[in-house]
Amino acid sequence: MGAYDFDHAVDIAWCPGCGNFRILKSVKDALDELELDPANVVFVSGIGQAAKTPQYLNAHYFNGLHGRALPPATAIKASNPELIVIAESGDGDMYGEGGNHFMHTIRRNPNITNIVHNNMVYALTKGQASPTTRQGFVTPVQVHGVTQEPFNPVAVAIALDASFVARAFAGDARQTTDILKKALTHKGYALLDIFQPCVTYNKVNTYGWFKQNTYTLEESYDPTDREAAFRKATEPGKFPLGVLYIKEDKPTFEEGLSLYRQDTRPLYQRTVDMEMLRGLVDSMRT
Amino acid sequence: MSIVFSGQAGQGLQTLEALLTRMLKRSGYNVFSYSEFMSRIRGGNNSTQVRVSSRRVSAYTRRIDLFVPLHEDAMERFHDRITQETVILGDRAFIDDRYLDGHHPVLEVPINEVAREKGGAVYANTVLLGILAGLFFVDSDLMHEEIRMILSGLGEDRLQKNLDASDEGYERSKKLLKPGQAAVSIERTAEVRNEVLTDGINAVGLGGLAGGCTFVSSYPMSPSTGVLVFFTKKAESSGVVVEQAEDEISAVNMAIGSWYAGGRALVTTSGGGYALMVEGVSLAGCIESPLVIHLGQRPGPATGLPTRTEQADLQFALYSGHGEFPRAILAPGTHEQGFSLTRHAFYLADKYQVPVFILTDQFFLERRYNVPDLDTSKVYDQRFIVQTRADYRRYALTENGVSPRGIPGFGEGRVRADSDEHDEDGFITEDFSTRTAMVNKRLKKLSGLRKEAFPPQLFGPKDYRNLVVCWGSSLHAVQEGLDMLGRDDTAILHYSQVYPLAEVTAEYLERAHRKIVVESNATAQFARLVRSEAGIAFDGAVLKYSGLPLMPEDVCEGLHEKLGKKESTHGRV
Repeated sequence: MGAYDFDHAVDIAWCPGCGNFRILKSVKDALDELELDPANVVFVSGIGQAAKTPQYLNAHYFNGLHGRALPPATAIKASNPELIVIAESGDGDMYGEGGNHFMHTIRRNPNITNIVHNNMVYALTKGQASPTTRQGFVTPVQVHGVTQEPFNPVAVAIALDASFVARAFAGDARQTTDILKKALTHKGYALLDIFQPCVTYNKVNTYGWFKQNTYTLEESYDPTDREAAFRKATEPGKFPLGVLYIKEDKPTFEEGLSLYRQDTRPLYQRTVDMEMLRGLVDSMRT
Repeated sequence: MSIVFSGQAGQGLQTLEALLTRMLKRSGYNVFSYSEFMSRIRGGNNSTQVRVSSRRVSAYTRRIDLFVPLHEDAMERFHDRITQETVILGDRAFIDDRYLDGHHPVLEVPINEVAREKGGAVYANTVLLGILAGLFFVDSDLMHEEIRMILSGLGEDRLQKNLDASDEGYERSKKLLKPGQAAVSIERTAEVRNEVLTDGINAVGLGGLAGGCTFVSSYPMSPSTGVLVFFTKKAESSGVVVEQAEDEISAVNMAIGSWYAGGRALVTTSGGGYALMVEGVSLAGCIESPLVIHLGQRPGPATGLPTRTEQADLQFALYSGHGEFPRAILAPGTHEQGFSLTRHAFYLADKYQVPVFILTDQFFLERRYNVPDLDTSKVYDQRFIVQTRADYRRYALTENGVSPRGIPGFGEGRVRADSDEHDEDGFITEDFSTRTAMVNKRLKKLSGLRKEAFPPQLFGPKDYRNLVVCWGSSLHAVQEGLDMLGRDDTAILHYSQVYPLAEVTAEYLERAHRKIVVESNATAQFARLVRSEAGIAFDGAVLKYSGLPLMPEDVCEGLHEKLGKKESTHGRV
């Protein structure tokens, strides 16, 4: 039993065979292998089947609103930089409803890990198109097939000079775990987009399809070359798996907060500075 | 005495307002000021009223005793407020011909010409400062000191030109009054010199610091931005995380995230921005997160009048958020209350784990006046956070509905917060009996909030026949308006907490023969709230919703109309 397993049976809301089971295992394995104490690990999620992942492992969680995982994740890290913060949700949540936060969180660069279960479909609401749904995909709403260009999260993240951008496939649990460990140990915002087959609402992008349409980045690939990374992220054909881009030594959001420069205590340990307050009031007398 | 100077955006009126109020207060005068301005960066017509008095003044009046036009269009919007008693001071070119008929007192001073002699038209504001300093017998050293303090960033050359301009104004003022013309005779008091001169922005900001605020996330929107700027300026020295979010949705979700991790967060916004926060407020309701929302009202709907004032978001604050959950709404009437109630908001939010509103408005935030003190002796430092044990349950059912609040990283337990309906551990549930228990648990907190509700404050005779009810920033205008009316059978009941209402409400209202509500909105929103909460209807309403602040004259005329002649049946002996 790992540190993130419960000692009792858990009723999991996912369909049998769902890619989320494999991602859950990879997440637990990565945390265990890194020996991260669950008392210091906070999961932040939105709404959707992927967003339920934190329910199924023994850590802290903040399961907030649809699309809004990243703002609280940023604030939790900024309020107590000693916590390890993981924002985890699906493609609709992070890239659709939360698209604006996705963009600005990359700009802000908090030291958090952002795991996105990318199944190219809205599953919990029964099969509508998501931002990453491929063109031509027919749904109960997009009855003539999706016409819009799919959102390319890794290319957007690289364009925004994100500090860490990676992609994995849930079907390869070992590789997913290894990439996730890199994301968790990276300093700064780390995006891990994980292809996740949806066995109920996506009969096109199946385990077999992902296997055929992905490949692992070669050993010689240099993730610090942004232009090469952008080419990789946008190349037609098969999707590369692995760490696509790393921007080293990018200052984090928390490092930029002046209040931690002199005093590293998290916010909950601080009290009102009476003298400062009186000084401020007195300065308004003259 | 009410002074109004009127000009264009960009003429330095705000600098003049700051300099003048500080200088006059330090000389021992009670001061009040408020600027009304258009939503533009340059041009247009803006004006500032400065009231100078021997007693405390805190309302914006229609009455103008001294009017200073600083631009050719400066009088356009003021013809209905300028009377034959209004002294007009300034450049002849800016004075409308109708006032040069010999029936209006005019003091001609070529302010612009003097300013140009001293280096340029930009010095007109300090020329005027000098004139007013002279008329009010302010010590010129004090005037210089203030200019040096406020304009220190200008560089030595321009600072000196401002000083010279003010000196010239000061000299000119001495020759202004012809023999026989009355000089200003307002009594000064030594105590005022050392009082605190504050606007609502600083009162709310300082109250936040006193309440232990450590996190502010917001998106700029008039008139609430000042509070964001306050914390930005103080962040370095006071240990507050301040972040300008990408939108209000992000801002409120950050604030809730911060509370979850042990921060004490505030968002500051106005109607349209608050509309975007509403789902987040419901989230705070469900996960039982404390949240402090400063809602600075301005006239809507939609963009409305961005730089004007109104009290029309009371019902919005009250009913915003899907689902049912408790909340508290505080509406400070004075700047002392702006300070103490913002501090109190943090206490209430933390204790009951609910959203708490500080409902102000543009007038409240921008007006400034001197107060004896902001009471820093009572700093809220009580923390309701518990160190968790391994068996910690975030939503443990308790007698009063409040579960001990743990945070991640402090103790052995897991802290699970869930926007889905959840069980005591915080796990998602669809069990109907758990659902019912959780709804009851959350709603129970309202009775605690009600018990702690601030009672309304009564001003005037205890055996009143008529009761005038107001809330939030309207207090001072109602007080002064009733003074003008001069009725001793009428009292004022002011609410600084508008939800939940203190239980004494019915007692106060039932005793009144006639009950009139005074509000800055078109639909008497507080009257509706009282009706639904206390089951009591008002007999009339005095309402203002033009975008300008409620004035004592509005109140006086409105009450006169509603109350009519004083009745002889009044039982006072």
